[in-house]
Amino acid sequence: MSFVWTLAEQHEGRLKAVSYELLGRGRALADKLDTKLASLLIGDGVSEEQLQTLVHHGADEVYAIQDPRLAQFTCETYSNVLVHLIKTYRPSVILAAATSTGRTLMPHVAVRSHAGLTADCTELDIEPGTGHLLQTRPAIGGNIMATIKTPDHRPQMATVRPKSSRPLPADATRAGRVIAVPLDDVLVDERVKARGYRGDAVDFVNLEEADVVVAGGRGMKKAEHFALLQALADALGGAVGATRDAVDRGWVGYPHQVGLSGKTISPRLYIGAGISGAIQHLAGIKTSETIVSINSDPDASLHQVADFGIVGDLFQVLEELQRRLDERRGASGSDAGPPAGTRTPEARA
Amino acid sequence: MHIVVPIKQVPETSNVKMDPVTGTMIRAGVGTVVNPLDLFAIETAVRLKEAHGGRITTLTMGPRGADKALREAMAMGCDDGVLVSDRAFAGSDSWATSYTLSQAIRKLGEFDLIVAGERATDGDTGQVGPGIAAWLDLPLATYVAAIPRVEPARGLTVERLVEEGYQVLDLPLPALITVVKEVAAPRLPTLRGKKRAKAAEITLFTAADLDLEPSYLGLKGSPTKVVKVATPRVTRGGTLVRAPDEDAVADAVEALLAFLDARDLLPTGGRA
Ligand SMILES: Cc1cc2nc3c(=O)[nH]c(=O)nc-3n(C[C@H](O)[C@H](O)[C@H](O)COP(=O)(O)OP(=O)(O)OC[C@H]3O[C@@H](n4cnc5c(N)ncnc54)[C@H](O)[C@@H]3O)c2cc1C
Ligand SMILES: Nc1ncnc2c1ncn2[C@@H]1O[C@H](COP(=O)(O)O)[C@@H](O)[C@H]1O
Repeated sequence: MSFVWTLAEQHEGRLKAVSYELLGRGRALADKLDTKLASLLIGDGVSEEQLQTLVHHGADEVYAIQDPRLAQFTCETYSNVLVHLIKTYRPSVILAAATSTGRTLMPHVAVRSHAGLTADCTELDIEPGTGHLLQTRPAIGGNIMATIKTPDHRPQMATVRPKSSRPLPADATRAGRVIAVPLDDVLVDERVKARGYRGDAVDFVNLEEADVVVAGGRGMKKAEHFALLQALADALGGAVGATRDAVDRGWVGYPHQVGLSGKTISPRLYIGAGISGAIQHLAGIKTSETIVSINSDPDASLHQVADFGIVGDLFQVLEELQRRLDERRGASGSDAGPPAGTRTPEARA
Repeated sequence: MHIVVPIKQVPETSNVKMDPVTGTMIRAGVGTVVNPLDLFAIETAVRLKEAHGGRITTLTMGPRGADKALREAMAMGCDDGVLVSDRAFAGSDSWATSYTLSQAIRKLGEFDLIVAGERATDGDTGQVGPGIAAWLDLPLATYVAAIPRVEPARGLTVERLVEEGYQVLDLPLPALITVVKEVAAPRLPTLRGKKRAKAAEITLFTAADLDLEPSYLGLKGSPTKVVKVATPRVTRGGTLVRAPDEDAVADAVEALLAFLDARDLLPTGGRA
């Protein structure tokens, strides 16, 4: 079996985009190490056809451990499966996504496998000469970048921020094997029961997987004004984020909060309106690809870290921006094409 | 219920300095606080105790002065404080930290629930909670945002805030959960609590007090090694456009759209 593994993730039988991003990372490492790359899927209901797309995006081998008892993530059973596979095949490197699943499963497995694990990596490389994995991650709220290695333990494990890299272009001619691995009953731990998702959750948002996040802060002045951000987010194919101040005032729900005590995001585009850019907020957005700031205060910290800042009244700016985007949409005759947030990896490549 | 809350003392400011040689943090001269995200764990435990009775033990692994963090937790309502402190533990990564803490928790005897923070604001890994669960083979739920059902000595129902929504899990006790801000707003310590905490006896566990495998401890026992620390560039050298009036706003938005277009960040339909 291959020595570099990436963990694919699925939700309700569909592979998540991060699975392809990880393969891009893994491919580069496997090539440097002159070894094979495998993608592991633990889950249920993912079609053969979808699994094949993992090969198209860089995997030499795909190991699919699928069973109804794996449909939803529960740490104990997933951990048993992965620990068992590690013992059997002894990979050198395992990359997982820094998602709620990856960040729960990987530390659990690392302890049981006596392996080193680095969280939330933004860069990965191979050390020339030794072949050790060099793992670089932001620490202390993004104030420093630490490079970490695990010289004496295998596997070398890392979680990688979703959206911190792009998947490789799909290549349907790539050859690779998809191997179904049955779930051994002894690996099933039934102590924790997954009951599905709460159906009545209001004001929930999946910020982590949005390509565009339009966030608002105290400068939005009141709850009703968040509709402006929602309209902009809709036009851009994105989701609405917020600062702690906005959440604590009850303008939007906690799932929208970005930052130290909220979510960490790396969207392709982050737009902050009426946000000062406190260090605790920046901790959650620093790895965004493009940062836009709209703030009347020229000295606002968010302007300092922005790629594009507008010093002005956010209400005027949002109105004009919305008008122009609607105009463009109208001009194209029909609905917008795939918004940035929903493009499939294939479409993006 | 006996609830255990592991907390971490972290530097107060976000202005932390690193030792370029060892790659570890320089703690001298920086004020410390309880990891802000651990306040949600403490609050969760205190509310469970108020509703179902029992006691709370808070513990921290850190330097001798870390009893300050324990006292803060006790002022909020934790009953006992345990300081796990020894030179042998210095430089522990999350693997070694979770090992040492799990051995300290074993020594505490029977417990029903461990409530940890989602992550510490300095190390920022979020790995210690799941790590302790692995060492102690406890059912685990991370990112808990609500606990709608509690049956002391039997089980919990929790809601985890994950990418797709709130995942509902049933866990038997004893178990370990990590919590996020939504679970409960932390209370301020009371004056009475502060007085009690100040006078409280803190239990000290050194390496000699615990049953430990020496090769699992501290910097040497840590699988991960920090090899380099760099300060990333803070500014991106971006464009700043001033838009004091309506005309300027129109120009600024025009420039922004051109900028976003050049980076392929606008929906494709508009360009037809
Ligand atoms: C332990 C801890 C954890 C924290 N966690 C988080 C976290 O997860 N997320 C988070 O966001 N914060 C967090 N904070 C809070 C953080 O320190 C800041 O208080 C918060 O981010 C400020 O929010 P804000 O930018 O919305 O408000 P403010 O700092 O008040 O900024 C509002 C901005 O709006 C601008 N503005 C006002 N009116 C207009 C207008 N008409 N047009 C244009 N601009 C306008 C102002 O110039 C100002 O810059 C945390 C703090 C602590 C101590
Ligand atoms: N040294 C420590 N002592 C006690 N608890 C800790 C320690 N380090 C981490 N924890 C706990 O583990 C959580 C996650 O920390 P971390 O994995 O360092 O991000 C914290 O919120 C604490 O609840």
